Amino acid sequence: MNSGIPLQFFLILATIMFFVGVYGFLTRRNLITMLMSVELILNSVNINFMAFNRYLFPHKMEGMFFSLFIIAVAASEAAVAIAIIINIYRRFTTINVEDVNEMKY
Amino acid sequence: MSANQIMFLLFAVAIVTFSILTVTSRKILRAAVYLLFVLVSTSGLYFMLNYQFLAGVQLTLYAGGIVVLIIFSILLTSHINQKFELTGWRKSLLSAIASAAGAILAITSILDFRFGATREAAMEVNMHSIGRNLLSLDYNGYILPFEVISILLIAAMVAAIVIAKKGGPVKQESQNLNQQ
Repeated sequence: MNSGIPLQFFLILATIMFFVGVYGFLTRRNLITMLMSVELILNSVNINFMAFNRYLFPHKMEGMFFSLFIIAVAASEAAVAIAIIINIYRRFTTINVEDVNEMKY
Repeated sequence: MSANQIMFLLFAVAIVTFSILTVTSRKILRAAVYLLFVLVSTSGLYFMLNYQFLAGVQLTLYAGGIVVLIIFSILLTSHINQKFELTGWRKSLLSAIASAAGAILAITSILDFRFGATREAAMEVNMHSIGRNLLSLDYNGYILPFEVISILLIAAMVAAIVIAKKGGPVKQESQNLNQQ
């Protein structure tokens, strides 16, 4: 099925994707693009779970179920984050993190 | 080079290219579309690993749901033609060094480690076994995380509605503060 592709290739691909996400999270200053970087990071972790499950523990389904739960958590996180972002935009008319420096007043 | 190696290479190149474009693109809507490409290629990887159900969930929920949500919020909060200003070279250089150092550390430890596979027979993953394991109380059952996730989803939905409803009209003073 996946003959000829070692497990390490999947892990290296996921590592590169993870650290590209970290780079984006550190450099971006817009809340929505930071959210997109977080989605990249979560997605790379999912690839790791699936590859480990398929290559090392093919008689169990733990990796699959935990990627399923990670996808659910990512979906709810995106929904709440976007609600907060829209609320911030209504109040400050910007979603740049450097301009939003006050909490409730 | 066999066909599945070529497929893996294609998906890997697509994922790396489009994720770099996602975090460096200066137009926000383009970044969202590149993120969509990354998520679709990831679901291709899941198909290669023979997890069809998860690949379908990835396509519908990530590529369908989350990307559409992100694009809607982009349309609500930014101008389409607005370009980000370039990040300062010091910040981008330091972030690149930090991420490259982390990536090199992780990749060297991956290449050093010897992974030992089990010899047990592979379990067939189909809808029947997924449903049975997700809702069973046995050794391989996942009913508790399933319940926790359902409570989390309800809490997130209620929280999203409450938070999005709460905001009053824009206060004049906050606008003035922003302009200073």
